[in-house]
Amino acid sequence: MGFLERIFREPRWGVHPDDRKRPAADAPLRKLPPPARVYMPLQQHVGGAARPIVLAGQKVLKGQLIAEASGNISAPIHAPVSGIVAAIGDVTAPHASGLPFAAITLASDFEERWVEGEEISDPFSLAPEEVARRTAAAGIVGLGGATFPAAAKFALGRRLKVDTLIVNGGECEPYLSADDRIMRDRPDEVVDGVRIVMHAIGARQALVGIEDNKPEAIAAMRVAAAAFPEVNIRPVPARYPMGSDRQLIITLTGREVPADARAAEVGVLVHNVSTCAAVHRAVRFGRPLVERIVTVNGGAVTRPGNVFAPIGTLVQELLDFCGLDEAPARIVMGGPMMGTPLAHGQVPLVKGASGILAFDAREAHVPPAGPCIRCGNCTRACPMGLQPLELGARVRAGDLDGAAKLHLGDCMSCGCCAYVCPSHIPLVQYFNHAKGELWAKERAKLRTEATKRLAAARLERVEREAREKAEAAARRKAERAAAKARTAAEAQAGAESGAAPPAQSQHEGETA
Amino acid sequence: MSTANVKQPQVAAAGNANPIGTPVSAPHTATRLSVPRVMGTVLLALAPATLFGFWLYGWPAIWLWGFTIAAAASGEALCLRLMARPVLPALHDGSAILTGWLLALSLPPWAPWWIGVFGGLFATVLAKQAFGGLGQNLFNPAMVARVALLISFPVQMTAWVAPLPLGGANAPGLIDGLMVALKGMPSGLDAVASASLLGFAKTEMSRGVDLFGSLAHAPVQTWIGSRPGSLGETAGWLIAAGGLAMMALRIITWHIPVAMLLGIAIPAAILHSVDPARYLDAGTHLMSGGAMLGAFFIATDYVTSPGTPRGQLIFGAGCGLLTYLIRTWAGYPEGVAFAVLLMNSLTPIIDAYVKPRIYGRDRSGAAIEARRG
Amino acid sequence: MFSAVGSLTVMGVTLGGLLGVASRYLAVEGNPIEAEIQALLPGSQCGQCGYVGCAQAAAALAAGTAPVTLCPPGGRALAQELAAKLGVKADLSAVADDGPKVARVAEEICIGCCRCIKVCPTDAVIGAAKQIHNVIREACTGCGACIERCPTEAMTLAPIAVGLQYWIWPKPLAAVA
Repeated sequence: MGFLERIFREPRWGVHPDDRKRPAADAPLRKLPPPARVYMPLQQHVGGAARPIVLAGQKVLKGQLIAEASGNISAPIHAPVSGIVAAIGDVTAPHASGLPFAAITLASDFEERWVEGEEISDPFSLAPEEVARRTAAAGIVGLGGATFPAAAKFALGRRLKVDTLIVNGGECEPYLSADDRIMRDRPDEVVDGVRIVMHAIGARQALVGIEDNKPEAIAAMRVAAAAFPEVNIRPVPARYPMGSDRQLIITLTGREVPADARAAEVGVLVHNVSTCAAVHRAVRFGRPLVERIVTVNGGAVTRPGNVFAPIGTLVQELLDFCGLDEAPARIVMGGPMMGTPLAHGQVPLVKGASGILAFDAREAHVPPAGPCIRCGNCTRACPMGLQPLELGARVRAGDLDGAAKLHLGDCMSCGCCAYVCPSHIPLVQYFNHAKGELWAKERAKLRTEATKRLAAARLERVEREAREKAEAAARRKAERAAAKARTAAEAQAGAESGAAPPAQSQHEGETA
Repeated sequence: MSTANVKQPQVAAAGNANPIGTPVSAPHTATRLSVPRVMGTVLLALAPATLFGFWLYGWPAIWLWGFTIAAAASGEALCLRLMARPVLPALHDGSAILTGWLLALSLPPWAPWWIGVFGGLFATVLAKQAFGGLGQNLFNPAMVARVALLISFPVQMTAWVAPLPLGGANAPGLIDGLMVALKGMPSGLDAVASASLLGFAKTEMSRGVDLFGSLAHAPVQTWIGSRPGSLGETAGWLIAAGGLAMMALRIITWHIPVAMLLGIAIPAAILHSVDPARYLDAGTHLMSGGAMLGAFFIATDYVTSPGTPRGQLIFGAGCGLLTYLIRTWAGYPEGVAFAVLLMNSLTPIIDAYVKPRIYGRDRSGAAIEARRG
Repeated sequence: MFSAVGSLTVMGVTLGGLLGVASRYLAVEGNPIEAEIQALLPGSQCGQCGYVGCAQAAAALAAGTAPVTLCPPGGRALAQELAAKLGVKADLSAVADDGPKVARVAEEICIGCCRCIKVCPTDAVIGAAKQIHNVIREACTGCGACIERCPTEAMTLAPIAVGLQYWIWPKPLAAVA
């Protein structure tokens, strides 16, 4: 029967890569000793970069606010270690470009002295706004990788009257097990966080979607959620990209999020399990987000596993902590399907980084690209229903507008198409390139329009100034003429001993 | 503490210059599937039917098969050389061999050597490389070559032989087989010339003999595939088994084969029930000619068939219906090659109009309504 | 044979006549492309192309008397867009495009003469007489008009560094054509 099912079943979206989560997922959680220096980037979230509020040389405690949020969508940054602010300046960003960005460098005093946090015994007695405020103050962003400020999402959920909280325990990327680990080790914190988030957004139920390749996590979460009927643990089939919000929403609720719309518009909000655990710590104990669980995995790693590490730790220190068998052929931040390639390990861990992968040469090998044979595997794999082969052909030919018309904008760069391609065409890179170019073009257009406005404003100014100058000149001329007329009239009046009213003379002057 | 003596982990970056060379985008892992593996799997799936055909028709068929594949591969290599492209990697992908193989399966097994060589060269040079090589051709190269041969050399292309299994008393040996392939049908073996079932029925029909009359003394054929015909015609069950194996291995999906076989079987069954004296039954249609080979191996060619499941259903059904139309009412007894080529020409249109529905959009591309619950 | 010749003649005359009618009734009046080109140009009337303003440059482009690479502030991207619009092949290698640029005032040399302020097409330079001037980066188009006017060479054009936000993935090198 399974044989027939395989042949005749309508092909579903997604792919099923070898998950390679074990043995790292089963290794007990280790804690990284505080590093001598941490580099805390100001931009670790979607939105405005945080503004530093400390000066170089200043002493800080662990968890102390060192940069505040700027703007509506932003998140503050806190010190991950106690010590001294060593510098505020550029460091290499964990980004494919290898370009620098601003960060606050802290020198640790190794004392781990926490700042005082305000403890709350019953978070459910707080107003939802207060829960959101405490979450925002703790700098909590989406820890699954999206890094959208969590409190801003709470506000959105309340505004759109969301009924269901979807908790993302999918963790569909191969190699990664940070969420798996937090569900196994701290299920009570996760479930408490889920209930706090539900309170904050006003949701009636929570559906915790966990891929069925994590039976231990499902069991632990079921025990932790047993007392709370509103929190449902729902195993979902292990299939990449199950952890993508749109795919998880339709799998758990059957609701389809319209294109270009937010999930909240169909009444659901998605939060990651790690984010929920962070909300639990922030709201109950006033602890800001300064540490996280990160999976260190890959063929080059001696002791792969999950590490509890301060954010801002250098990737190289994490790799050294777990040991390297060989110089990694490639270092990736995040998962292998969507992660960011890093040029070297001298970049800081950021809030949204769930994994650090050090690949050996065999894992990192990507076969050279060949011609497309139109096999259609990419079309079948695309979870968004796009046709990657058509998009890729257009981008390669430079027809970016044609690609945009085929809804390139709906592509989420999940990597399914490039993964299944038997010709190993770097489809995702084509799409990333095209999205960047289209965006740059849009920006250039806006800029041209702005330039036109400025040029028109200048033209108007120049004309206005000329006009005003001419008017002023005319006025002066008129005044002079009037004065002349007046003197003449006065002279006449002196002769005839009669005075004309000045207004009349003004009028005469003008008509003259 | 001054900031000057702090060692910052930083790489100097200026302007557009990219400090780490060209970064490679995610995904950082890939399927183990590759083009050579896909083609190799298809070749393996063809192997049982081919071996059965070899046994049935002996050494002449084996020699013709070899000539055809060698010619197809040489044509590909020649074009790549002329275009100054790497030859070996392209040959390594196996697509030229597959083209030659499929063509060989569709030829009369005892056809002279130059039929195979001409067809093989025609397939890869004119029908494939002239269009730009792998992935660029509009029409299935093997079928283009077969049709070109059929139109150019109708006598040789319709000279079928009755099975003469290897090891049998009359069967030509290795060298005799080569002689058959090189010099043509020997006069000493005149008893073997025969007609395929579809051709026989058509000829008899045109002479005014209805099916009840003609099938009574039809060429010898058995359900296991021992019958006059091409290599790919005789072993229908083995071809189908190979096709099912490809489905199980996810090399092809069920859409095109099922749609094509239904496209032949449904009209055949209807018309047969209306007038059994004039119309062959569905089973005979499915097991005769290139129906099985076409449905599982030829119409499913990635390059020349639509990429979406719905498009594939349309394409397959079209191939089947056209095959039936040509077989029943056109001048040729067999129509798979023509049907596939005609539908190949419609593939771009099908692909342009039949697209998968995008998540969050309706089929026209507009965003769907937000609905709760 | 006569029927064949006759039928072909009739077909030729009919179809030719149809073409003639179509060319008369479906003809496109005027040259709407000029306005479209003008919409593409930056519109800062900087004059670096040698024409008085963008409108005149657009007219020359539409007439085919000016190369699509004429606009330095527009750079390579504009040249590409113009080439696509006009259906011509542009030799883009000739366009020196080191990315967008912005004017900068060397404060130690600026004497506050206000000349640059007067020529800036977008009012991007601020300052007053005997005061050090400054450039509003967001408003500067990098046209370079101020560079020539500056008596002390305090004005320079500097390339805008590509930050993280503006970085674009490079197009993969195509392995096969």
